[in-house]
Amino acid sequence: MGKTRPDAILKPVAKGRGGIFAAHHKLTAESETVRMPAPERVVLPMLQHIGAPCVPTVKKGDTVAVGQVVGDSDKFLSVPIHASVSGTVESIADVKLANGAVAPAVTILSDGEMRLFEGISPPVVNSKEELVKAVRASGLVGLGGAGFPSFVKLTVSPEKPIDTLIVNAAECEPYITVDYRECIENSWNIMNGVYTLAELYGFKQVIIAVEDNKPEAIRILKNIADRDNDKGNVVKLMALKSRYPQGAEKMMVLSATGRVVPAGGLPADVGCIVMNVGSVAFVARYLATGKPLTSRTVTVSGDCIKNPMNIRVPVGTLMKDIVDFCGGFTKEPVKLLSGGPMMGTAITDLNVPLLKSNNAVLAFSKKNAGLKRETQCIHCGRCHEACPMGLMPTDIEKYAALKDAETLTKLGTMVCMECGSCAYSCPGGKPLVQYMRLAKSVIREAGKK
Amino acid sequence: MEDEKKLFTVSASPHVKSPTTVRGIMLDVIISLIPAVFAGVAVFGFRAALVVAVCVCSCVAFEAISVKIMKKPMSIGDLSAVITGILLAFNLPVTIPVWMCVLGSFVAIVVVKQLFGGIGQNFANPAITARIVLLVSFASAMTNFTAPKALDAVTTATPLAHLGAIDRAGDATAEIMKLVSSGDLPDLVRMFFGVRAGCIGEVCGAALLLGAIYLMIRRVISPIIPLCFIGTVAALMFALSRGDVYYTVYELLGGGLILGAFFMATDYSTSPINKKGKALFGIGCGLVTTVIRLYCSLPEGVSYSILLMNILCPLIEKATAPKYFGFVKTKKDKKEAA
Repeated sequence: MGKTRPDAILKPVAKGRGGIFAAHHKLTAESETVRMPAPERVVLPMLQHIGAPCVPTVKKGDTVAVGQVVGDSDKFLSVPIHASVSGTVESIADVKLANGAVAPAVTILSDGEMRLFEGISPPVVNSKEELVKAVRASGLVGLGGAGFPSFVKLTVSPEKPIDTLIVNAAECEPYITVDYRECIENSWNIMNGVYTLAELYGFKQVIIAVEDNKPEAIRILKNIADRDNDKGNVVKLMALKSRYPQGAEKMMVLSATGRVVPAGGLPADVGCIVMNVGSVAFVARYLATGKPLTSRTVTVSGDCIKNPMNIRVPVGTLMKDIVDFCGGFTKEPVKLLSGGPMMGTAITDLNVPLLKSNNAVLAFSKKNAGLKRETQCIHCGRCHEACPMGLMPTDIEKYAALKDAETLTKLGTMVCMECGSCAYSCPGGKPLVQYMRLAKSVIREAGKK
Repeated sequence: MEDEKKLFTVSASPHVKSPTTVRGIMLDVIISLIPAVFAGVAVFGFRAALVVAVCVCSCVAFEAISVKIMKKPMSIGDLSAVITGILLAFNLPVTIPVWMCVLGSFVAIVVVKQLFGGIGQNFANPAITARIVLLVSFASAMTNFTAPKALDAVTTATPLAHLGAIDRAGDATAEIMKLVSSGDLPDLVRMFFGVRAGCIGEVCGAALLLGAIYLMIRRVISPIIPLCFIGTVAALMFALSRGDVYYTVYELLGGGLILGAFFMATDYSTSPINKKGKALFGIGCGLVTTVIRLYCSLPEGVSYSILLMNILCPLIEKATAPKYFGFVKTKKDKKEAA
């Protein structure tokens, strides 16, 4: 056994701002990740990330194997999409995504063999530049939910030196246990990813930040960090207060380093890179095997799911198949969510494919569907107190109704990350996030003129 | 078409909501006021209960009638009219004629609240405004204070009216003691437990503080406004009485300061949301209260101070608008940061 380092667990540097204490409902925390067999078909939309959509690189009738590129783009902000099952391309047509957007998608009829693409081999990575190239080729997007291409985060410009890597394992959304299971089941992958990144980038410190409601994850990762691999003693664990939205990037940077990311800026502006724990573990796996992002772990939960569990699913699997694999519904749900209950998207039906960035599929009955009747604002200020960005949601709502883009900009509307803390706390059941989005669209419209 | 039937409900995130509701908040406020209702009845007899009942019933009735006439959704279920009724009754002397209670309720609910758009939209506290309207219109009935448990007995002055005559430059404690021993003023213990002349709900500091603590534990109100309000009054009274502690405590317990600071100044619609604004609002209330008590012809200034600060509330909110997270000050700063 290695020597223990008493200083390996850090305390948060800064007090959190606003936020809420929602019930955690981590029903699947103790359920080991189950690998779901290949579904009959997968639907791979060409837009699974923030940025430019991909263009299909295969034709109808083509035979494809797991890990083969089926879509790519020559635009900068884009990552390739790979086949997640082996089989034949059934069709290339527009499909509706969870968020209502329509995008072209490659549908692959599975042959059930999950045959790996022959061209797959571990990439050779000896520098930052090679790593960025490899991570782009892997198709990795942030696995925490936003779907931002990871290679962009890892591209460091010389004007903005990075000294800190924050590995985000806060998982502050209720119900979701994907990152937690990653910490328990793939702890060595995580640490290998951390060591690789730390070596390539020469970070002064790596902070693995976990909410304090997951002591087991902290213990396991600390045990590994305590071994002798970490010569420079740069890898630290941090137990964050369990408080939504602790895992939001800017809040995370604040808690871990005390640095304030300027409005409109990125963590890189204050010398930080924030990466989801699953993304870090994936980087380690990819460097070892060369197998691109074709499957991901998803928490399937909610009071209407028969067997709530964590499953490893091929990207592009339809919600229908995922729900069936988890025993179907115990009762007809009122709401089906792709993502967590705070920031996830409600979807209309089960014929929607799972994207790379989806970390949960949740089905709720009416009781848990968060449907409150909207009443008049009583000016209680709970939304403002809950807002981690210190905004005044009800003021923004008023000026959005007036379409006053100038005032809306002054009020900081654009820094809203739509975490939902305001709408969660509103006793009047106001859909404040919806109003915030409306306000943003008012600003965008005004900017176009 | 078959598929269409099975569509799930969609709505904007978040998909979980806190269990707090408007009705729940209002219920908490009602619960917090109950000890003071009992105290009022214990001190002034059952007519106090009658006044409370009349005010509550007429407030609820006026609320129902006005939303009906204005064709708005029925709003008595949010229980806010009940609170207005209780608070109005708390600000009336026990001898008040019943019709004045009804008139006060009309002013509070119809004029101040519903005509301005109902809950959350009124610019002034309904109960306070109604009290002031009654006080200005019916000065004698509104200041017809009786000694505790003596409905049929003589009219008496409130402790604050006595305090006004005291020379603060001299030995205020000794003067109060003299009045206490002559029976004109209750001692501090009786002041705290409400055995004194005054409005129904304001006399018992103990019961009010009990309710206030409940509200703060339930996080219905923030302690910033009450503490700044009472703190300002305390600091000023202490300074202006040349450090007389007994006099200062007497001023804090006298009149409607505790009732006003915890239950009226904290009214959501008419007080600022952000912390700095709350502090400023509380300090302003304390300042005006002290000035009225010491330098004006009126013995009590809590309601006027709150009304005045209510009117200033939008300006305070504008002046203290908090900067959002990551706000970059000027273009110059921006360049430096980049």
